[in-house]
Amino acid sequence: MFRPSHFAALVLFALFASVVFGITQHETPRRMLRYGIYCFVLFVGSAVALSWAMYFIAR
Amino acid sequence: MATAPNNNIAARPGREQEARQVFVYLPLIAGWLVPGAGHFLLRKWGRGALLSASIVGMFAVGLAMQGKVYASAHEVLDLLGLAGDLGNGLLYVVAQLLGLGADQVRVTTADYGTRFIVVAGLLNVIAAVDAHNLRTGRKS
Repeated sequence: MFRPSHFAALVLFALFASVVFGITQHETPRRMLRYGIYCFVLFVGSAVALSWAMYFIAR
Repeated sequence: MATAPNNNIAARPGREQEARQVFVYLPLIAGWLVPGAGHFLLRKWGRGALLSASIVGMFAVGLAMQGKVYASAHEVLDLLGLAGDLGNGLLYVVAQLLGLGADQVRVTTADYGTRFIVVAGLLNVIAAVDAHNLRTGRKS
């Protein structure tokens, strides 16, 4: 059984979803790449930010 | 007697148009059944390969995490999960036939795996619709 850490699962999820979003939402390769990176950073960044927010709320 | 061939000629464009209409949906159906196949049919090799790798990869990671593959729906949430899983096309059928995935979620990673499998199906639907848009010329 594959047991990644929460962060590794998040990164894998963000990577796969960002590739599909990038390719399907834009037409030129350059814009696909930019949008894919944008989605990846938003996925990971928002999860990390929300995690820290919950950490401080729980204290 | 002489008018019969003319009637055939008049009927031909309608049939051809009908055949073309059916063909328009081929990338959509192929893309749903096999991730990336819709783009491969349209000779978008790079996009198809990346989509295929991402969707199959996400599905495989979900299975490896012992995610649940929905077989039936008893509750509304199960129904949504089943609908998402069906988006995987033949991957879902193969997983069901081989008995892959878990029947019940016991650990946290298995819960993540279940979501990975559902989201892989939803992403596959997005990719299939993208192939359809490429075919119809809505997207270049």
